[in-house]
Amino acid sequence: MKWALRIFVILYVGLLVIWPVYLVGQRTFEGGWSGIVTALTSPEVLHGLRLTLVATFWSVLFNLVFGVGISLLLVRKEFRGKGVLSVLLDLPMSVSPVVVGLALMLVYAPDTVVGRFLYGAGYQIIFATPGIVLATTFVALPLVIREVVPVLQEIGDDQEVAAQSLGATPWQSFWRVTLPGIKWAVIYGVVLTLARSLGEFGAVKVVSGNVSLQTQTATLVVQDTYQNFQPETAYTLSLVLIILAIACITVVSILRPRKARKAA
Amino acid sequence: MSIDIRGVNKSFGDFAALTDINLAIPSGKITALLGPSGGGKTTLLRIVAGLENADSGTVSIEGADTTNVPARKRNIGFVFQHYAVFKHLTVAGNVGFGLSIRHRPKDEIAAKVNELLELVHLEQFADRLPSQLSGGQRQRMALARALAIQPALLLLDEPFGALDAKVRKELREWLRELHDKMHVTTVFVTHDQEEALEVADNVVVINSGTVEQVGPPATLYDEPASPFVMGFLGEVTTLGGQLIRPHDIVIHTDPRPGALAGTIVRAQRVGFEARLHVRPEGAAADGSSDVLVNLTRTFARSLGLHEGEQVWLEPEDGATTLPAAGVSASGRPAPVLGSPRREGEDVAGSLTSKDVAGSLTDCRCDYAPGSVRLHGSGCWLA
Ligand SMILES: Nc1ncnc2c1ncn2[C@@H]1O[C@H](COP(=O)(O)OP(=O)(O)OP(=O)(O)O)[C@@H](O)[C@H]1O
Ligand SMILES: [Mg+2]
Repeated sequence: MKWALRIFVILYVGLLVIWPVYLVGQRTFEGGWSGIVTALTSPEVLHGLRLTLVATFWSVLFNLVFGVGISLLLVRKEFRGKGVLSVLLDLPMSVSPVVVGLALMLVYAPDTVVGRFLYGAGYQIIFATPGIVLATTFVALPLVIREVVPVLQEIGDDQEVAAQSLGATPWQSFWRVTLPGIKWAVIYGVVLTLARSLGEFGAVKVVSGNVSLQTQTATLVVQDTYQNFQPETAYTLSLVLIILAIACITVVSILRPRKARKAA
Repeated sequence: MSIDIRGVNKSFGDFAALTDINLAIPSGKITALLGPSGGGKTTLLRIVAGLENADSGTVSIEGADTTNVPARKRNIGFVFQHYAVFKHLTVAGNVGFGLSIRHRPKDEIAAKVNELLELVHLEQFADRLPSQLSGGQRQRMALARALAIQPALLLLDEPFGALDAKVRKELREWLRELHDKMHVTTVFVTHDQEEALEVADNVVVINSGTVEQVGPPATLYDEPASPFVMGFLGEVTTLGGQLIRPHDIVIHTDPRPGALAGTIVRAQRVGFEARLHVRPEGAAADGSSDVLVNLTRTFARSLGLHEGEQVWLEPEDGATTLPAAGVSASGRPAPVLGSPRREGEDVAGSLTSKDVAGSLTDCRCDYAPGSVRLHGSGCWLA
C-alpha cells in the first residue's frame, strides 16, 4: 500500500512536473551555450523580459500598498458592504485571466467612454504598457490580501490599542506595531504576487494586442517564438521563467517555516 | 489627577454594559474597581482612557471634559488585562515605546528605560523578547511601559489576574509601595476582594453595569449597602433571616435565650479554620437553610465540636448583618426572594441581568436573551 502510494506520487509528479521541466532544460541546452546566448540576446526576448519586469514591478507595488490597506480595512473597520467587498476581492483569482482581459477591454478600449477620455488626455491604456500593468495587477490582486487578513485577525488589535494609549498616532502605530506584526505575511504575499505576475499570460495577451517588440511580455514571446519556428528561443526563455519561479518558491519555502514557528 | 464620571451609559448592541455610572475618583489615591466577571469594569476603564466611547455621559479629568480628547493625548498609562505587549520589541523597546514615538533623544530614552526596569526589577532582562518572560515579569514590563510616559493617571486592568497566589501577593505589596513612592492616581480592576481591601484607599463595587457602593475598604466591609456587596466582600450565611458573615456567629454548646438551636451536620477543616454546617431545628433536610459557621480550629477543638452535636447560634455583638430579604442588590426592594437557585439551573423567561439579585457565596450567571443560567450555590432572583 505504502509502496503503491509512493509510486503513484512519483509517477504523478514526474509526469506532470519533473519530466516536462527537464525536457525544457534539455531542449534549451541542445544548441549549446552559443544557442542560449543568441536566444537571450535577441531583441524580442530582451524586450519581453523588460516589459515583464516593468509589469511585475508595478503589480507588486500596487498590490502591496492596496493589499495591506484593504486588509486593514476589512479586518479593523466595520462598514456596509464588507461581505460584498471580500467576495469581489477573490474574483480575480477565480475568474479565468482571459475573461479578466476581455472585461478590462470593455472598460478601457479606445472606443469606450473611459478609454476615449483617457486617450484624449494623452494616456493609452489598451495595447500599451498601462494596460499590461493593469491586467497583471488585477489577476494578482487577492494574493497579498489573502496572506495578510488571517494574520491581522489573529494578532488582534490589542497591540495597536496599547500603542494608541502610549501616545502613538495611527500612522506611528501602523509603522511601529501593525507592520512588524504582519511582516512575514506581507513578504509571503509579495513573493506570491511576484511569481504570479511574472507568469501572467491570458489577461495580458488580450489587453496588450501582442505586438512583437512593443507589447509582448516574456510569456507572450515564448508563445510567439514557439509558433514561429524558433523553438530554441522559446525553450531558453521558458527556462529563465522557470528559474525565476523556482527562486520565488524557494524564498517562500524558506519563509514559510519561520512564519509557522512565529504563529505557534 | 481626579476623575469625575457623570451619567455614563454604554451598550453593546442591546446589551447594557454600563448604566448611569456616577463616580468621583480622588487624586493621588489607589482606587479599586471590584466586581464579578462581565460586570463592566474593563469597559469603564477603557472609557476613562478614551479607548472606547460612552453612549452618553461625560468623563472629566482634573475638571476638564475629555469627550473630544483622543486616547493618545490623555496621557493615561494603561496596563491591559492581557498585557498587550509588543511582541516584536525587546523588553527595553517595549518600555521605551512611548518615549521613542515622542522622538526623545536616544540617551534620554535609554536612561529612563534603565531607571524603570530597575524599578520593576527587570534590569537583567532588557534585551529579551516578551515571549521569553514569565507572566509576572511580562506584567511588570507592561507596568513599566505605562509608567514611562509619566502618566498623570494609571489604569490597571486586573494587573495580577493571571498569576499564582504567592506572586499576586508580592506584586500587590509592591504596587502599594510603588504608589507611595510615585503618588500617581491609580485605578485598578480586580475581582479579588482581598486584593481590593488590602491595596486600595477606596473601593468601587461594580455589578452588572451599575455601581453598587463606593467607600474605603473598612466602610464597605462593615457597612455593606446591599447583600451583593456583603456577599462579594467575603462569605455570607443566613442566620434567623439575617445575612451575616460566618465568623461573626458565636457558637454555644448549651441553650441560650434568643439563640438558634441546631445540629452540626458537617464539619470541615480548611487550613487553620473549622467550617461547620449547622442545620436549624425543623429546617429542610436539603441543606438549603443550613447556617455556615467559621471558627478557628483550636477554638472548635476546645469546645469539642463534632458532627451530630447540638449547638446554639447567635450573632456576635456588633456583627454586620443585613435583612436577608430586604433589598435586592440592584437597590430595588426585592419582591419575594426566590429560594436560592440550584447550580446549572436554566431560568427561562424575560430576565435581565438586573433580575439576578446577587450572590451569597459563589454565584456566576451567564446571560443569554430570555434565559439566565446560574452556576454555583448562592444565586437568587429578585
Ligand atoms: N466589544 C464588545 N462587544 C460586545 N459586548 C462587549 C464588548 N466588550 C464588552 N462586552 C460585554 O460587556 C460586558 C462587560 O464587559 P467587561 O469587559 O467590561 O467586563 P469586566 O467587568 O471587565 O469582566 P472581567 O472581570 O471578566 O474582565 C460583558 O458582558 C461583555 O460581554
Ligand atoms: Mg475585564
